[in-house]
Amino acid sequence: MDRFISKLLLLAACSSTAILALIALFIFKEGVPIMAKCGLTHFLFGRVWAPLDGQFGIFPFIIGSLCVTFGSLFMGVPLGVSCAVYLAEFAPKKWVNVLKPAIELLAGIPSVVYGFLGVMWLAPIIRDHLGGPGLSILAASCVLAIMILPTIVGVSIDAINAIPKNYKEGSLALGATEWQTTWRVLLPAARSGIVAGVILGMGRAVGETMAVIMISGNATTIPHSILDSVRTLTANIAIEMGYAVGDHREALFATGIVLFFFIMILNTAALKFARRKF
Amino acid sequence: MQNKIAINKLNVFFGKEQALKDISFDVKNNEILTVIGPANSGKSTLLLAINRMIDRVSNAKVYGEIVIDGEQVSGIRDVENLRRKIGMVYAMPIPLPMSIRDNILFGARMKRMLKKKEENEMVESTLRASFLWDEVKDRLDSSGMKLSGGQQQRLCISRTLAVKPDVIMFDEPCSGLDPISTAKVEDAMKELKRDHAIILVTNNTKQAARVGDRTAFLLMGELVEIDDTNKIFTAPSRKKTEEYITGKFG
Amino acid sequence: MSTTSAVCALVFVIGFVLAGGFSHISWGFLTEPILDMGREGGILPAIVGTLLMVMVAVGIAAPLGIASAIYLSEYTVEGKLTQAIRFGINCLAGVPSIIFGLFGFILFVVMLGFGWSILSGGLSLAAMILPTIIRTAEEALRSVPSSYRDVAASLGGTRWQVVTRSVLPYALPGILTGVILGIGRSIEETAVVIFTAGSAVQMPTSLFDSARTMSVHFYILAREGISNDNAYATAAVLICTILVINITAYSLMHRLMRGRKTA
Repeated sequence: MDRFISKLLLLAACSSTAILALIALFIFKEGVPIMAKCGLTHFLFGRVWAPLDGQFGIFPFIIGSLCVTFGSLFMGVPLGVSCAVYLAEFAPKKWVNVLKPAIELLAGIPSVVYGFLGVMWLAPIIRDHLGGPGLSILAASCVLAIMILPTIVGVSIDAINAIPKNYKEGSLALGATEWQTTWRVLLPAARSGIVAGVILGMGRAVGETMAVIMISGNATTIPHSILDSVRTLTANIAIEMGYAVGDHREALFATGIVLFFFIMILNTAALKFARRKF
Repeated sequence: MQNKIAINKLNVFFGKEQALKDISFDVKNNEILTVIGPANSGKSTLLLAINRMIDRVSNAKVYGEIVIDGEQVSGIRDVENLRRKIGMVYAMPIPLPMSIRDNILFGARMKRMLKKKEENEMVESTLRASFLWDEVKDRLDSSGMKLSGGQQQRLCISRTLAVKPDVIMFDEPCSGLDPISTAKVEDAMKELKRDHAIILVTNNTKQAARVGDRTAFLLMGELVEIDDTNKIFTAPSRKKTEEYITGKFG
Repeated sequence: MSTTSAVCALVFVIGFVLAGGFSHISWGFLTEPILDMGREGGILPAIVGTLLMVMVAVGIAAPLGIASAIYLSEYTVEGKLTQAIRFGINCLAGVPSIIFGLFGFILFVVMLGFGWSILSGGLSLAAMILPTIIRTAEEALRSVPSSYRDVAASLGGTRWQVVTRSVLPYALPGILTGVILGIGRSIEETAVVIFTAGSAVQMPTSLFDSARTMSVHFYILAREGISNDNAYATAAVLICTILVINITAYSLMHRLMRGRKTA
């Protein structure tokens, strides 16, 4: 009887790997044919996405995803890391107990709400004061930055807290100020953990769909400035899936493959950094 | 007196390290056999091997014979039954976060050994046997975690008694207890030997002298000497034994 | 530097409060789900849709996830097999939601013929929240002192009895937290649901019906510009629900911590 239970549990445990395999199987099954038909380089680097003409170049979307992601990191990382440093080292305990859960709550707000708020407030501000359609790389980066903030802050705080106390005390004993200690001792020591957090945040940004659809404009061309509209890989899949058939649909799955690979690489990198002991 | 447990050429390895070397001795019914020796001699490993709790350690390998009531321990299929027959009391008291009554009946309930009406009797008899009844009889439903260390340990003894073992093994049971609680536990052991075989592992030689009928001295995995307690403590045959007992090392 | 951080911390709070606040320009009666469906009415079908889909998702992911966690924590030692299993779990955790949407679409909607339905949506969501539940459950199981297991085993418990009687009861708060977090994730997820459950407005009557969840409803209202007021109202309900769920999860965690202190 106990043997039977043990086998049952093993089956359950394998389910995750099985599901992953299934996902990979199906996405690849649907997407590979079109990649072969188009040619891989043509698919990845083609600048024209015109499904009705049979043109499936996803380069604009790759650029779109990259721009929006890096934009969000550009804003989110300094903000997030400094916030983490503040909460981990300088803030009074009472504040931390309120702020940390508050930041984690931010992570729970649905992405569509963020997108909506971005459309209602951020885009008009950008449109009126900086020009362009408002729904742009800039807007998307801002919104995404806020969305990935909890991830970066959370992981960074854990990384900083994980540093043995003697590092800090050793530095202070040598006469360094708190500030110098943080900047020169703690942050470098927590570096791998913080990088892991940043990479995780990056993964979230790349995988984000709904908010980006609402706020990035969804133009299918390569952008020239951060005020331009742009479409990401995820947005493209989500928008066109509803009515795509045949080759078109396969191309969307192929886009999914590209996304899949990208995220796998990011996640493996994050895990590697997280395990490294500075 | 019969041999309850016969151990013959017992060798235990954890990976490449040998924890017990060629151990052979007997445990008789109705006696208290104390096992003494410095830390890391293999005393606890010996206990683990006897009730096959060592199965739960992944890199452990056991060679040799342990025979209980004529049956080879390694060949027993119903390990759970073996473990009920050979009760174990650990060094740190481990009360589960539940009432005193539920603690005691925990093991018995797993095997559905008792009918509802027998449960109360069992609780009382085991608490009396560990000299705890008078102290807790009015609060059997309060949490076991609220008892003092000495009381908790006696609760653990009652819990072990509730599954009706033939042998009870104690692994340094008084190491965290004050002298009064220690005395109560030792009294309980002396009473229990009337109906059980008792193995007491202890690093407290004075306790061994107080309580044991026979004493075994284990050093670095080897059985140096085993004899009547009196003899061990007054005229040991081996030099190492004498050095340990007089405190030259340990 | 600290002022920057303080400012940014404040920004969060403001952003959060404003988000909630604006949404509270919701009309109380609209958020009261009694009204019948229709873009101008209430959101009862969306609420029911959300409920059903979450129940399917958790109904599948929770047993599967807890069983996996029990296996990893109690029944095995670290080795090649566990490494493979953990790899699967970690990768699954990183897959973006839209891929789950694609996967669910191909497998459940098309191949298995469930069509756009609560069932397809729930199953896809289950796959998505599985890693979360497994990770939290495993941590909860591992935090139970090993001495409890020793006691149960030395009193003659089988492996399964050791797990159910001396480990699970004490890991339960942690496990529940993971399940609740999974519920939260299912509620906020939009892309997966749209691809697998469609967005029908009618009140669902069976698991095979298409239905919309609150987040889908909100998205459609917002994107199609149907009704800003209703959008805000739906967002309010959404945020409140998620707030309640998160607070429940936190208080459970605290109870777990407190329980361990007396142990």
